[in-house]
Amino acid sequence: MEYFLQQLINGLTLGAIYGLIAIGYTMVYGIIGMINFAHGEIYMIGAFISLISIMLLESLAGGSVIVALFVVLIVAMILTSLYGWALERIAYRPLRSSPRLAALISAIGMSIALGNYIQLTQGARNKTLQPIVQGNLELMKRDDGFTVVLSYMQIGIIVTTIVLMAAFSLMIAKTSLGRAQRACEQDRTMASLLGVNVDRTISLTFVMGAALAAVAGFLVVLYYGVIDFYIGFLAGIKAFTAAVLGGIGSIPGAMLGGLLIGLIEAFWSGYFSIEYKDVAAFAILVLVLIFRPTGLLGRPEVEKV
Amino acid sequence: MLSISDVHTFYGHIEALHGVDLEIKEGEIVTLIGANGAGKSTLLMTICGDPRAHSGQIVFQGRDITRLPTHEIMRCGIAHSPEGRRIFPRMTILENLQMGAITGNPDRFDQNLERVFGLFPILQERGGQRGGTLSGGEQQMLAIARALMSEPTLLLLDEPSLGLAPLIVRQIFDVIRDINQSSGMTVFLVEQNAFHALRLADRGYVMVNGEISMTGSGKDLLNDPEVQRAYLEGAVG
Ligand SMILES: Nc1ncnc2c1ncn2[C@@H]1O[C@H](COP(=O)(O)OP(=O)(O)O)[C@@H](O)[C@H]1O
Ligand SMILES: [Mg+2]
Repeated sequence: MEYFLQQLINGLTLGAIYGLIAIGYTMVYGIIGMINFAHGEIYMIGAFISLISIMLLESLAGGSVIVALFVVLIVAMILTSLYGWALERIAYRPLRSSPRLAALISAIGMSIALGNYIQLTQGARNKTLQPIVQGNLELMKRDDGFTVVLSYMQIGIIVTTIVLMAAFSLMIAKTSLGRAQRACEQDRTMASLLGVNVDRTISLTFVMGAALAAVAGFLVVLYYGVIDFYIGFLAGIKAFTAAVLGGIGSIPGAMLGGLLIGLIEAFWSGYFSIEYKDVAAFAILVLVLIFRPTGLLGRPEVEKV
Repeated sequence: MLSISDVHTFYGHIEALHGVDLEIKEGEIVTLIGANGAGKSTLLMTICGDPRAHSGQIVFQGRDITRLPTHEIMRCGIAHSPEGRRIFPRMTILENLQMGAITGNPDRFDQNLERVFGLFPILQERGGQRGGTLSGGEQQMLAIARALMSEPTLLLLDEPSLGLAPLIVRQIFDVIRDINQSSGMTVFLVEQNAFHALRLADRGYVMVNGEISMTGSGKDLLNDPEVQRAYLEGAVG
């Protein structure tokens, strides 16, 4: 029971992070019908920008930690958004009317280029950070001494994610920008006939996905305290799996899928073997694609015009 | 108000419009009739810049809009209710109407909503229903209502009667006439239902294979033997 609870907490934390990244995949797919294969690298860049900004602020010292972290978060979101914006302009927009395969290849190219760019500029070795947010709550203690802990960092991750996802869902459902995005998703030509600037709306979609990925990167840096240029690949594939599992194109689906992948990974490593935890995610991707390609909350694919 | 001169439009290498000239004056109802595939929808979409005219010129209220991107053309006071209605299927009626109001004056949103609900009361009853679940007639009403939400000075309508029961067609044509008379909104109406369209319109154009073949007042075209033979066979009576 105690052990189960601990895995649940770990899984929720992990799932929150996958969910944040998965939203970027699902939104971009929704609006242009293509997978953004460089999204994992965008997340990785968000993590690096967070780490570097934290180190810079630490070297300046002084001030409140909360304020400093908040500043780092905002900086990371803005700078990472710029990468997301540039990615769309360079890799997707020029190919919007080309065959999908061309855009797919250009996105994979961007993914490799961004990975190498960070490897070259930041080095291939791990970057580490001293823990900043420390301390935890002891929830339960078993007779043999095993304690269920919920760290402040985990609380921070879960709360941040819930707040962001709620705000984000509200934005999509209620604001004119959210409506314009859904309109572009359903009928781009009609949206432009009603005065929607389709190019700008697509740009903003990439920017939002990148900003959420930056939050994920920021949280991961604080949570694990170690990153390298390669983290985008694995996290990217898992978040992509989450988006497919939830139903690609569906935002609630991405959140649910992220949560499930996080839980599955945590329980798998907790009860079976930690070495094969990544295999679990891939196995799920394969199974979903075979048995329920539309995902849990997705709708049956209608022919894209 | 709208003047189209020598417009050529291509789909890939295929030329769909071969030099179209057409003139619409403020406050008129002008109709464009022609057989399926003549290029009527293409002309309306070319006015909206999608596809862009390959050559020629389109001037709206003294401004050359030929090279403007679509969303900017629509901000000049033109609204289009296109072929196939193109309702957003996974948005509610209200959301579809909000989309229609993007280029309009936000302060007048409530007034305009009330106005289109007055014209098509069924839309108010169904306000929260998704576009994709409406019947063909309801979708057509929604498409027109959506176009009216921005209070356009020029309304483009592509075959609003297509596939609808005669009673609904009558209702829709009555609405078009009412708005034209009450608010002076200019209407450019594309129709295959030539009889109704020519009776409603001040003037008409006939399009054949991407070219204007004939023009005249609605009445003259209705009485023209060639028009009667080609487009009104069996329609009168
Ligand atoms: N998107 C398109 N791509 C290629 N050809 C098209 C497209 N739309 C229309 N056409 C062609 O252009 C010509 C005119 O079509 P259209 O403007 O739809 O005629 P109408 O509205 O008078 O029935 C037709 O030959 C049609 O096949
Ligand atoms: Mg047509």
